[in-house]
Amino acid sequence: MYQYDKFDQAIVDARVEEFRDQVNRRINGEMTEDQFKPLRLMNGLYLQLHAYMLRVAIPYGTLSGKQMRMLGHIARKYDRDYGHFTTRQNIQYNWIKLEDTPDILADLASVEMHAIQTSGNCIRNISSDQYAGAAADEVADPRPWAELLRQWSTFHPEFSYLPRKFKIAVIASQEDRAAMRLHDIGLELVMRDGVLGARVFVGGGMGRTPMIAPEIAEFVKADDLLSYLEACLRVYNRYGRRDNAYKARIKILIHELGADEYRRQVAEEFAHVKTLGIDPPLAELERISAYFAPPAYEQGLSDEIDRSNPAFAHWVDQNVKAHKQPGYAIVNISLKPVGGIPGDASSDQIDLMADLAEKYGFDELRVTHAQNIVLPFVAKRDLFTVWQALDAAGIANANLDLVTDIIACPGLDYCSLANARSIPVAQKIAERFADAERQRDIGELKLKISGCINACGHHHAGHIGILGVDKKGVENYQLTLGGSGAEDVSIGKITGPGFDEDGIVDAVERAVEKYRAVRVEGERFIDTYRRVGADSFKEAIYG
Amino acid sequence: MKILTGNDLKTGDVIWWTGKSWSRHIGEAVDAGDNGEAVLAEESAAQRVNAAYIVDAAASPNGPLPLHIKDRVRAAGPTVRADLGINPDVPIVKG
Amino acid sequence: MVDVIRFRDDAANDQPLVSVEALSGQTNATAVRLESDEDARALLPYLNQLALIEVAFPTFRDGRGYSAARILREAGFTGELRAQGDVLVDQIPSMRRCGFDSFIANAPVDQATLDKSLNRYDHVYQPAADAALPVWKLRHG
Ligand code: HEM
Ligand code: SF4
Repeated sequence: MYQYDKFDQAIVDARVEEFRDQVNRRINGEMTEDQFKPLRLMNGLYLQLHAYMLRVAIPYGTLSGKQMRMLGHIARKYDRDYGHFTTRQNIQYNWIKLEDTPDILADLASVEMHAIQTSGNCIRNISSDQYAGAAADEVADPRPWAELLRQWSTFHPEFSYLPRKFKIAVIASQEDRAAMRLHDIGLELVMRDGVLGARVFVGGGMGRTPMIAPEIAEFVKADDLLSYLEACLRVYNRYGRRDNAYKARIKILIHELGADEYRRQVAEEFAHVKTLGIDPPLAELERISAYFAPPAYEQGLSDEIDRSNPAFAHWVDQNVKAHKQPGYAIVNISLKPVGGIPGDASSDQIDLMADLAEKYGFDELRVTHAQNIVLPFVAKRDLFTVWQALDAAGIANANLDLVTDIIACPGLDYCSLANARSIPVAQKIAERFADAERQRDIGELKLKISGCINACGHHHAGHIGILGVDKKGVENYQLTLGGSGAEDVSIGKITGPGFDEDGIVDAVERAVEKYRAVRVEGERFIDTYRRVGADSFKEAIYG
Repeated sequence: MKILTGNDLKTGDVIWWTGKSWSRHIGEAVDAGDNGEAVLAEESAAQRVNAAYIVDAAASPNGPLPLHIKDRVRAAGPTVRADLGINPDVPIVKG
Repeated sequence: MVDVIRFRDDAANDQPLVSVEALSGQTNATAVRLESDEDARALLPYLNQLALIEVAFPTFRDGRGYSAARILREAGFTGELRAQGDVLVDQIPSMRRCGFDSFIANAPVDQATLDKSLNRYDHVYQPAADAALPVWKLRHG
């Protein structure tokens, strides 16, 4: 994976000192909270319901064992012994002291990590496919591109006060594991006539007005990409709405202008920007790519897996995915134990995952937008050992992409913007469907919960989505069906009146049972829903 | 009743106005009556509290109980991690 | 007298600022004020006559002026480019990178803090309107 050179390290080290200085000015009273807030937000430091919350960037979700261990160390030393992995492939700590943050950033910098641009109206952490470099279906490795974008966007002087936050995802497979078209910019790397480039989608997003990004360029050559993005951002920075925070995302600009007019303006700006020499030379991409060379795979390993332990066999079937290298596999570690808190991991669990990556996974881990962890390079020979270690730590949950693999935002248990709690709903649903046999019979079902309309839990993109609302001071939950964040992207539709906490669990179960009753061979929940339509599901839910 | 809350600037801890100073325990919160704005202005200016605001609450045998669930969660800690709460004896959330 | 923080050696322009709209009728105006919702490119025909362009920052969150500045510099404007309004000391380094070389901030700017933040970063990742070389250029010559 990528390693900092002296320039990268100097920039991150300078950032630590800058923030130390800003925190001191705040604590000394030289700055008011109003003045400090935008500065701390540029560094991922929020003031949440109970305390400060720090969001640490995990660029394109990729971590080494040493970095993962540092995340565990921070949880143990500065927080309350756990961290929360997020849908944007980052980690959040919920109990941070302002006075400790400079030291935390210094600890992070010692392992080439930071919290730069993890919030604020700037270009946020770049997200990508958690199977990058291991997936059988990728046309190129998206990580060098994501790293190139990370560098380009870091402290971009023109784009630090955009109308609103800006999220970019890069993928390189037709199968979309990163909800690419629900980002402000989604890039899909493609080959055309032997030339690498990208399809560029602009104007997706969730929140209050979910939108699927339209294609703005069918092909931008790799060596024009940064200029093209600079043009996309400049048009947005100049013309995006600033009168209303809810209408400030680029999706609204594109919706109001129309994709054609936006495309035309970007093309015009691009023609100008391309003359400025913004794109780094190919040598820079090659330099970065060299860090992402395939690991030193052992050759001639067997693809045989001993399936005599039934629990292990289930885990293999559900959580282990095909690898492009013979003898190897992709391991998904589900952070979704039934009754647990989706995405939370204790310091000890974090350390264990770091150990396993170092011993059995070529020292690499990924965080997924579904709040799980991936070991992308594990020899099939070692799967049983890895599983045993995970099982002992309570994270061998064999439920990847099943109904209990729920995405849930922190909700009202932690978040000051929330209308309702998300986590207890996730727990109750998981408990209702705890029976493993039944889960497997239901098959792939993406259930996503947000505690308010900001949609941090991706509810719009859930096959089943749940949205917490405030109904005259009481927590209430709306149900949406038919969303998807994958290559068959779609936005879920509200079924009807909302439910209380127990009611929503029953409603989910009725929807699932309806599916089981009417599905045909090979259909997933979403396929059946799309085939039979919303009405018959509504009838099943509301009677 | 009107009680006052905010966060400790340096630690971020949730704190409540006791009439003389700030406490981490909502049980020690007092009714600020019509004085809330004035107290907040003075305490904020002196940096003894950060991001402070006034909370509507009702008196209960266990002390003040905020009317809005958000403030009850603030007072009690995350409902899904009882072990992290700072007021374990206050049965606050379901009021 | 307002405090102008200036990074230029030439004499300050003391002509009154005219609006963009007024510019077309006034061939002798040398100083103009660009509001944050106005198009910087509307000034391009007048760059030769202008010695000072003041760009408004009605709130620190309104980042349109950063693009305006780069557009003006990219078009070859070498006169004084001033950021005026809700300009925060921690924003001045990126404004400098976008081409601003003078500042009038609503709130007083602490000179020591400003000096420290201007000297904070030895390296930048991307080219902009200043002379700083992006690290990829340093890496590859
Ligand atoms: C607890 C503190 C958090 C706050 C204050 C917060 C705030 C927000 C807000 C205001 C939005 C809406 C933005 C808009 O529509 O313009 C948003 C969207 C989002 N947040 Fe959060 N969030 C928080 C935590 C999280 C967490 C924990 C995750 C991941 C699990 C997350 C991931 C996202 C995502 C994926 C979106 C949707 C992006 C989009 O609209 O395109 N956030 N957040
Ligand atoms: S969706 Fe709402 S409740 Fe959930 S984390 Fe985002 S802002 Fe908070």
